[in-house]
Amino acid sequence: MSSILFNVVVQGILTGLVYGLMALGLSVIFGVVRVVNFAHGEFAVIAMYAAYLLFSALRLDPLIAMLPIALGFFGIGYALQRLLINPFIGRPAHEQFILLVGVAIIIVNGLLMIFGPDARPTNLSYAFDSFAIGPLFIDKVRTYAAIAALAVTGLLFAFFRYTHTGTAIRACADNLVGAAVVGLDVKRLYALTFGIGLACVGAAGTLMVTIADATPALGPAYTLLAFTIVIIGGLGSMAGALIGGILIGVSEACAGFLITPSMKSMFSFALLIAVLAFRPEGLLGKRT
Amino acid sequence: MLRIENLDVYHGDAQALDGVALTVDQGAIAAIVGANGAGKTSLIHTIAGMHRPARGRIVFKGQDIAGLPSHKVCNLGIGQVAEGRQVFPSLTVAENLEMGAMLPRAKGKRVENLAFVLTMFPKLRERFTQAAGTLSGGEQQMLAIGRCLMGSPELVMFDEPSLGLAPAAVHDVLAAIRDLNRAGLTCVLVEQNVAVSLKLARQAYVLENGRVTLAGSGEALLADERVRQAYLGM
Ligand SMILES: Nc1ncnc2c1ncn2[C@@H]1O[C@H](COP(=O)(O)OP(=O)(O)OP(=O)(O)O)[C@@H](O)[C@H]1O
Ligand SMILES: [Mg+2]
Repeated sequence: MSSILFNVVVQGILTGLVYGLMALGLSVIFGVVRVVNFAHGEFAVIAMYAAYLLFSALRLDPLIAMLPIALGFFGIGYALQRLLINPFIGRPAHEQFILLVGVAIIIVNGLLMIFGPDARPTNLSYAFDSFAIGPLFIDKVRTYAAIAALAVTGLLFAFFRYTHTGTAIRACADNLVGAAVVGLDVKRLYALTFGIGLACVGAAGTLMVTIADATPALGPAYTLLAFTIVIIGGLGSMAGALIGGILIGVSEACAGFLITPSMKSMFSFALLIAVLAFRPEGLLGKRT
Repeated sequence: MLRIENLDVYHGDAQALDGVALTVDQGAIAAIVGANGAGKTSLIHTIAGMHRPARGRIVFKGQDIAGLPSHKVCNLGIGQVAEGRQVFPSLTVAENLEMGAMLPRAKGKRVENLAFVLTMFPKLRERFTQAAGTLSGGEQQMLAIGRCLMGSPELVMFDEPSLGLAPAAVHDVLAAIRDLNRAGLTCVLVEQNVAVSLKLARQAYVLENGRVTLAGSGEALLADERVRQAYLGM
């Protein structure tokens, strides 16, 4: 029993790292651009379909497809911020809300029109392989997906920490007036940030096909999931998004194992409520 | 070097500047004196491209820059040491200085400018890896000046650089501005310390309710009865 539970926890951590990468995108966009991407999960699902198509047409492994898809999503995010969202910067929050909810609705219905409501599975040849480490059996796909998610997250941390452009983006989040004073091109940095946020979702969504089958209905569910994670971890905190992702991954896995998989969202929301009650700024969030 | 003609600026419906005209000669310190709410910061923000004027021309080295976005204005060589310092509190001193050097015009002079700034403000070297938010007010002001110099500016606008500082720090900051000017930097100086700023200034303007009501040399304004009454308490 205990070794099975241990297995479940490890699986949860692996899935949680992919969740964390998705939530990281939301957190970065909010932390810098101060816009809440209500279409976040829907973008993840577009990436899932892209991964599905690349796999069924070209036999491209999602672990490889992740790179071109993330790159494409970066471009989409950059253009979206420049053309659509920038005019809404500084407008009241409810107008931004309507804009992004509109984008979300368009995406879900567009996907329904193109692909229909049925789930599209990506059947990898190694889908049922696992590593055996002592009493532990770990899914190969999940392990690879988790390593990939961790690698992308690490790259992102390094980018923000060590590059001039990454530092400039942090500077915008820190003091917007100061950014204008020193002559940073804030609009361009916002577009880069939105691009980076969507690249995270693109990569995470691609990895998600190793965990779930693509269907349009997942969009709103993933948006909610990303929100839950970011609020648990702390809005705007990158490490918080990762830790929140792992917590939700583990809580979902344990709920599925101990009770029934359909209860897993209830566990996540219970966790959310507990955090809001005892630490409303999130685990790693700053008190304001 | 800088010539402003007939500048009107609004914040919503409220007019902050009304037909402002002034010039700043190359190599000069131009002092702008005015009470709270006179429009000094509005003027600086408008020159810097952080606020769009409704009317008027801002000519810098022969080019009309009115309405240009701030990153383009900065890259032409107009720097700003802003009211309230506006450092990046969670970034280190080193990163703050680095952000001043992001302008295309300054990229190649990073090393040289950094050496200059750290020689001028050795305190910043001691605090190099410390978050800017943990510095004292005086140190933050030095950082704000240093960060501005990292952008290789030809003209720097100082907005109340000594506000809220201890007397010793006030002296250091004003001495730094004087030294920078002697080394060739053109300055616009808005300073609550009216007597000192008029003493330093070659050109001076009095701003009242968004209008220039008096202009002349620093010396002349220092001797002017109205200035002495309104701003020097004599
Ligand atoms: N963002 C804003 N929105 C609305 N009104 C503003 C704004 N900024 C400034 N004002 C108004 O414009 C006028 C000029 O303000 P400004 O900040 O330029 O004055 P100042 O001379 O710099 O004053 P101080 O000495 O207090 O810094 C004031 O009446 C002020 O209330
Ligand atoms: Mg002011």
